[in-house]
Amino acid sequence: MWLFFVFCSHTYCSRRLSENAFTVTGMDLLILNKLTYPILTVLIFMPVTGAISLLFIRNETVQRAWTFMVTLMTFAASIPLFSQFDSETARFQFAEYHPWIKTFNINYVLGVDGISMTLIMLTTFIMPLCVLCSWKYISARVREFMICLLFIEAACIGVFSSLDFVLFYIFWEAMLVPMFLLIAIWGGPRKAYASVKFFIYTLAGSVLLLVAIIALYLKTGTFFIPDLMRLRHLYGFDFQIWIFLAFFVAFAVKVPMFPFHTWLPAAHVEAPTAGSVVLASILLKMGAYGFLRFSLAITTDATIYLAPVMIVISLAGIIYGGYIALVQSDMKKLIAYSSVGHMGFATLGIFILSPNGITGAIMAMLAHGISTGALFLCIGIVYERTHSRLIKDNQGIAGLMPIYIFFFGVFCLASFAFPGTCGFVAEILIFFGIFAENKIAGAVAILGALLAATYILRLLQKICWGGIVIHHGNHNHDENDLKRKNLFTDLNPREIIYLLPLIIMVFWMGVSPGFILNAVNTTVQNLVAQINSAQITVTVFDRGPFLAEIFRNLFWS
Amino acid sequence: METIVSLKPVIALVVPGVTAILVMAFGKYPNYREACSIVGGIIAFVAVLLMSRIILDGSCYEYEIFRILPGISLKLRADSLGIIFGIICTLLWLVVSFYNIGYMRGLDEHAQTRYYTSFALTIFGAVGVAFAANVFTLYMFYEIITIVTYPLVAHHQDEEAYQGARKYLVYLVGTSKLFFLPAMVLTYILAGTLDFAPGDFAHGIFPPEADPVLVTITYVLYIAGIAKAAIMPFHNWLPSAMVAPTPVSALLHAVAVVKAGVFSISRIMLSVFGVETLTSLHLGIPTAYLASFTILLASVIALTKDDLKARLAYSTVSQLSYIIIGIAMLTPSSIAGGLIHIANHAFSKITLFLCAGTIFVLSGLRSIKQMNGLGRKLPVTFAAFFIASLSMVGIPGVCGFITKWYLVVGSIEASRLGLLVVLLASTLLNAAYFMPIVYKAFFEDEPEGQHTLTMNESSAYGLFMVIPLLSTALISVVIGIYPGFFMNIVKTIVMHAF
Repeated sequence: MWLFFVFCSHTYCSRRLSENAFTVTGMDLLILNKLTYPILTVLIFMPVTGAISLLFIRNETVQRAWTFMVTLMTFAASIPLFSQFDSETARFQFAEYHPWIKTFNINYVLGVDGISMTLIMLTTFIMPLCVLCSWKYISARVREFMICLLFIEAACIGVFSSLDFVLFYIFWEAMLVPMFLLIAIWGGPRKAYASVKFFIYTLAGSVLLLVAIIALYLKTGTFFIPDLMRLRHLYGFDFQIWIFLAFFVAFAVKVPMFPFHTWLPAAHVEAPTAGSVVLASILLKMGAYGFLRFSLAITTDATIYLAPVMIVISLAGIIYGGYIALVQSDMKKLIAYSSVGHMGFATLGIFILSPNGITGAIMAMLAHGISTGALFLCIGIVYERTHSRLIKDNQGIAGLMPIYIFFFGVFCLASFAFPGTCGFVAEILIFFGIFAENKIAGAVAILGALLAATYILRLLQKICWGGIVIHHGNHNHDENDLKRKNLFTDLNPREIIYLLPLIIMVFWMGVSPGFILNAVNTTVQNLVAQINSAQITVTVFDRGPFLAEIFRNLFWS
Repeated sequence: METIVSLKPVIALVVPGVTAILVMAFGKYPNYREACSIVGGIIAFVAVLLMSRIILDGSCYEYEIFRILPGISLKLRADSLGIIFGIICTLLWLVVSFYNIGYMRGLDEHAQTRYYTSFALTIFGAVGVAFAANVFTLYMFYEIITIVTYPLVAHHQDEEAYQGARKYLVYLVGTSKLFFLPAMVLTYILAGTLDFAPGDFAHGIFPPEADPVLVTITYVLYIAGIAKAAIMPFHNWLPSAMVAPTPVSALLHAVAVVKAGVFSISRIMLSVFGVETLTSLHLGIPTAYLASFTILLASVIALTKDDLKARLAYSTVSQLSYIIIGIAMLTPSSIAGGLIHIANHAFSKITLFLCAGTIFVLSGLRSIKQMNGLGRKLPVTFAAFFIASLSMVGIPGVCGFITKWYLVVGSIEASRLGLLVVLLASTLLNAAYFMPIVYKAFFEDEPEGQHTLTMNESSAYGLFMVIPLLSTALISVVIGIYPGFFMNIVKTIVMHAF
């Protein structure tokens, strides 16, 4: 599809290219990779190679073990990204630059800054856990499942590290297919509905993203993202508004923000455990990442102009997600709606446009990745035992599965931002941001935090003790007790192994988040400086497109 | 004021936490399990007591465990205000650990390991609140207390217990998320830090140029957000939490939960706002009137309750506001009276609850009406009850008198006749709802069917219960006659507040 657009505009842009495209280049914004190997390329292609070599492995157990090894190796390979990261600079690091399609000035450019580095680390960290949790759960077509997982990993890392818009778009779309298959093949009873809905929503959003990419190309003659940021002065205010709205639809579907969220509960409920974890921990982050990387940095004026609207939509998402989660009887649906609320906090933080808000948003993304991913893993564990996601089928297991309840309880606390866990750092930073900006919006966000505590504690209470009413003086054990005892066996070592890293992260990020905050600090400061340097050139007669005006007035005036 | 960086407050905090883990590990061996609680209690108490010597000299210990964000850290500081609460927590934990053995085994309760674990964790939270060096740490341990006491309140796991525990959680989590959290955020925005001003109870942490309206809003949010202090209208969780086993009620009411609440409010008023800020913004007297409303209304409600624990619960609601009213009057004597009541009320009220528990275990009775003549069968228990209720009323010779004296002097210093009247009226009300219980127990005839005791006070489990309650009653008398120890600590606080 994008080829079609590109061809149509070929004559036009080749004229422009000669005028100004190569006069500017953002190469000075890159710090080329200094490691002995091209780390980002390796990270992208290691899972791909692993997936291809899976084709030659027959034994299912070996397939599982191989995939686990590959994801583990990818994680190991990504560690230098964190340890060698220079947090003093806001430039893109570990960069690689290879010319690709010269006619259209499309290049293979990779590079990371603080924001994308942390998200890549999250991706490589979550993936091995996904493989482990599918060990027993997936018994049919193991090879195909593992191939899908590895392709998703490659595409996600690609999305987070691309610095060329076309490359970004390719990875963005590439991720769709394996995810679609994951839901459509290994999903629950309504998998057809859920997978198609997921696909159509996301695709509809990304078509507009493509339009925006091409429009930007026609204006500037480049797909190179740092250049697009630098050439902001070329875009008129109207143009920015349109681009912003196109970005908005694409990313808002992905996040998902409030009116575009309906695909998420369906997809989460039907997806297998690993699919839900990938979806919650990584895929949702791509939308928020898009806002941070593109909306804020490229269409800065429009962002400033429409930020109040975005804040209102985010708040609506927080309250709505929390409220709907309150009445769910299906555990996965409950966590899915809680994701809508949590990601509402992330977008809220982003559009506060202050250092605290944006740092909080990044923390919220990571914390949500850890805690919600972990909650889906926990739900998967009881689902494997009872084959039901309903609260009423899995309740009252505190006495039978104490170790499980310990893990589940901690993740629940992290999910509603209990102080000392990862969620709290995110939430408090966003509150600092929003209260400094607007007290009423802050009060609404507080209400969302209260809702989060309510539905999670309700869930926790039910899972622990629901349905158990002790009649004192009556200690008889009936048959039902015995059946339950056989059904709800406590965690096995494999399950403990994949929950343990998550619980460590919950507390590590909760009490000592400095290691993340330092890494993202310079990037965030730079982003905020860019935003503050933008000057909105809105006059009485030139107040942006009509649609944007209505959009804004509807919510904020 | 000298600040010593030391691990000592951390040790006092970690001991109950480690105890909880050990209790869980020894779940299958009840005797070792209970021994863990007792040994933990002794170590924690000694650790806190050892710190008090330096603190009396005007120094404090502090230790930063984690730095979370600039201006926000997990930091402990043992200072004069915290040490009062720290001593009470650990000492009474030790006392209740003995009592628990008699109560839980006497009633053959289920899930005792969970019970003892939550108990130790509650103390962990309470010690954390006591030694919190900033609002964040305070908030964190405040929330920890809420969560870990839930299994205690819902211990019986019947419909009534779930209902009560649910209400408990809704009130405490609701208010803390809705008011305490934004108050903390506003504090950070206004002051740029959450650290308490060390050793300074006069000025607070807000810069002079902070917007007074916002500071007032923050203050109101704090008062509403710390519902553990049971100031009306956020008191209703407390009577509902009475479904818990009696030692839990004792601990909740005398020590961990409600005291964590009033302590937090005292801490916020003195260390975040400071006496001068509160005076200049005229926030003290409205708070005092709010508290006096709670005192009177709760006492009147207590009069109507026939269930002994319910009556004690409303008595707690009323007595807690003594502490608030004392600090809110913002005079040296009233603050001294309020703060020393943290200790006085703890020892007397825990005695009353332990008595109520003993009566329940030994005779199965909860209704006051049925207790006619019971005092003659349980003489030691009711004697201790009598002593503790004298203290609640404020009779000279028992510790409650010290409180009343300082509060009355304080109200005269503040020249608030209205508050003086409230204090005197509440004394009468206290007498009106406590004395009939004692009178009936000793002097009325037994009812027709006569009381049948399942056990005597002198039986093995009976002794496990009677000795702790007797010792707390004794402490109430001792600190009523020699209030020196706590008074010296309180004086160092007052000295730094004016």
